[in-house]
Amino acid sequence: MGIDSLVGGTIWDEYSQKVTDLMNNPQNMGEITEEQAKEMGAQLIVADFGAESCGDAVRLYWAVDPDTDKILSSKFKSFGCGTAIASSDTMAELCKDKKVDEAVKITNIDVELAMRDTPDVPSVPPQKMHCSVMAYDVIKKAAALYKGVDMESFEEEVIICECARVTLDTLKEVIRLNDLTTVEQITDYTKAGGFCKSCIKPGGHEEKDIYLVDLLDDYEKEKLASKASLGNDTSSDINFEDMTIVQRIKAVDAVIDKHIRQMLIRDGGDMEILDIKENGEHIDIYIRYLGACSGCESSSTGTLYAIDNTLQEKLSKKIRVLPI
Amino acid sequence: MNVYLDNNATTIVDPDVFTAMEPYFVQKYGNPNSLHSFASETHPGIKTAMEKIYEGIGAHRDDSVVITSCATESNNWVLKSIYFEYILTGKKNHIMISEVEHPSVISTAKWIESMGCKVTYLPINNEGIVDVQAVKDHITDKTALVSIMWANNETGAIFPVEEIGDICEEHDVLFHTDAVQAIGKFPVDVQTFNVDYLTFSAHKFHGPKGIGALYIKKGKELMPLLHGGAQMGGYRSGTLNVAGIVGMGMAMEAAVSALKFEMTEIRELRDNLEDELLKIKDTFVVTPREKRTPNTILISFRGIEGESMLWDLNRAGIAASTGSACASEDLEANSVMEAIGAAEDLAHTAIRFSLSRYTTKEELDYTLETVKKAVERLRGISSSYAYAPEGHESGLDAHHN
Repeated sequence: MGIDSLVGGTIWDEYSQKVTDLMNNPQNMGEITEEQAKEMGAQLIVADFGAESCGDAVRLYWAVDPDTDKILSSKFKSFGCGTAIASSDTMAELCKDKKVDEAVKITNIDVELAMRDTPDVPSVPPQKMHCSVMAYDVIKKAAALYKGVDMESFEEEVIICECARVTLDTLKEVIRLNDLTTVEQITDYTKAGGFCKSCIKPGGHEEKDIYLVDLLDDYEKEKLASKASLGNDTSSDINFEDMTIVQRIKAVDAVIDKHIRQMLIRDGGDMEILDIKENGEHIDIYIRYLGACSGCESSSTGTLYAIDNTLQEKLSKKIRVLPI
Repeated sequence: MNVYLDNNATTIVDPDVFTAMEPYFVQKYGNPNSLHSFASETHPGIKTAMEKIYEGIGAHRDDSVVITSCATESNNWVLKSIYFEYILTGKKNHIMISEVEHPSVISTAKWIESMGCKVTYLPINNEGIVDVQAVKDHITDKTALVSIMWANNETGAIFPVEEIGDICEEHDVLFHTDAVQAIGKFPVDVQTFNVDYLTFSAHKFHGPKGIGALYIKKGKELMPLLHGGAQMGGYRSGTLNVAGIVGMGMAMEAAVSALKFEMTEIRELRDNLEDELLKIKDTFVVTPREKRTPNTILISFRGIEGESMLWDLNRAGIAASTGSACASEDLEANSVMEAIGAAEDLAHTAIRFSLSRYTTKEELDYTLETVKKAVERLRGISSSYAYAPEGHESGLDAHHN
């Protein structure tokens, strides 16, 4: 709890200026007609996602050059709140001049990041994240249409949350990409579980084959398994100094996960590894503090010594930790 | 121009009410329960205010109108005390509420349910009103309490509490009504029908926040929720909120004397605004206006998500509200719209305008113009009204593309 939760506040206060501006004046709002696409010598793709009954719907228009697969023009129409409109607008912007295969790689995270005023302040409150997920989904749908993926194969996807029509694949991906651990987070990101709640766990008014809690369990097990295998790697006598850069990052991350991260999170902070570089006889690990840790006095004293000592003890005496 | 049309959420304090309260902060600040003149100088003000409050709802001198901190406290008190007295002891096992009660009733009922009480959530019909027949169908000799609001906060729909009170009396079941949206909107007289408990709150009728009340009919005593120094006859401990009580008394008197104005002039303003809003294409209102409080409009603008409409209104200085997905912390659609069984695509499009006796025609003219502009802009953005090429298989609710 604490004062911020007690005082509360309106979600609008947490919108970035960019979100506000895009809501007031969306840049890529509009339509592309068959005629307009023809004039560009392009193929028109119209993809829909969401539904008014769920509170959010978006229609994406692409004019794609059939020779180069390049998206020549990208427009949207959206039924939704301010963040839905701003996310759709940003999504349409990000698609422009990209090849379809590149556009598919745009995630909801990219959309959210693009709407930030400053790199480390989220552009929307957590409960509004689902708006950017929808922007992500509609791109995938447009790409599927363009590539001529059979619509029936689309229908065959397993839908976990019927109300918000969220598929198993989307859920698995969103959980993994954002490292989600609670049903509430899943609801914030995807809307799944936010309506009739049947899909959260057994006992709702509708029986399901797979519930959100099952997906969280699976992800948790997956994480443990990958850590265990990583643990084997590090103990399999590869010296830290002999590791590749990827192995080093994994090894450092595993030690931090096991010994450091919980302590930081308890105080409302976190950290990330930016780079690992050889520097003469040292191995320098560059880190960045996140959340409450950034700006905390102890982050350059006590906390730093703790991270330094732990990594030296577990991995290599050559390690130096340098916060940026 | 700033226009406040969210009076079902809270209201401006009547300046006379504010003036009446002022002496009780710096001058007459005594604790009424102490034994000195600082205490006694608060007594006449409290007594006068209490008399106005009694008179305002037609309470008998032998009934109790217990001052609380808010309507939420009053509602919690009734449900929880009934639980302790009747359910926990095994005398009864069941209570009934409507599915569109205020959260302070629904959440409390759910808590009681989790403690083993059976709870029936009565449905509303397509006009947004609780069916009397549903009450008859579900009441049993094990029912301890029926709690049905008098007027709904979202639609303004007025519920048939007189008939429900009769059914409760026949079955010897206690009846509580949350009258928060009733006071100042139409006459409230507890003598004219069977009601055991009635909740209201000052800030909904131009009184201050932080002061509410629970009417308790003589002989229908409730065990206290707050134990302590036995203020309010032991019903509700806690140092009296003297300024609040004085403010509520004054606000009640003013609300009662403004009733006629509210039911004629304000109703007319509301009706005119509603007529004009309904001239906009694809707009829908649920409860017929003669079955509503005179100040409330809940209207759906097809194709426009509620929060985006609020956004545009707010930019123009107009305050309205929505219970729909994005505006609230959870993602639920407007609960009343859902309960009514409104077309699914309208569940997130409802906007509530609630007037007060301070609302002017000029404000509503400005509101109408602003709404029209917002509808044009937002439908221009909306996928509901968007172009689709021939043969396009739409994944949207596509009945008007």
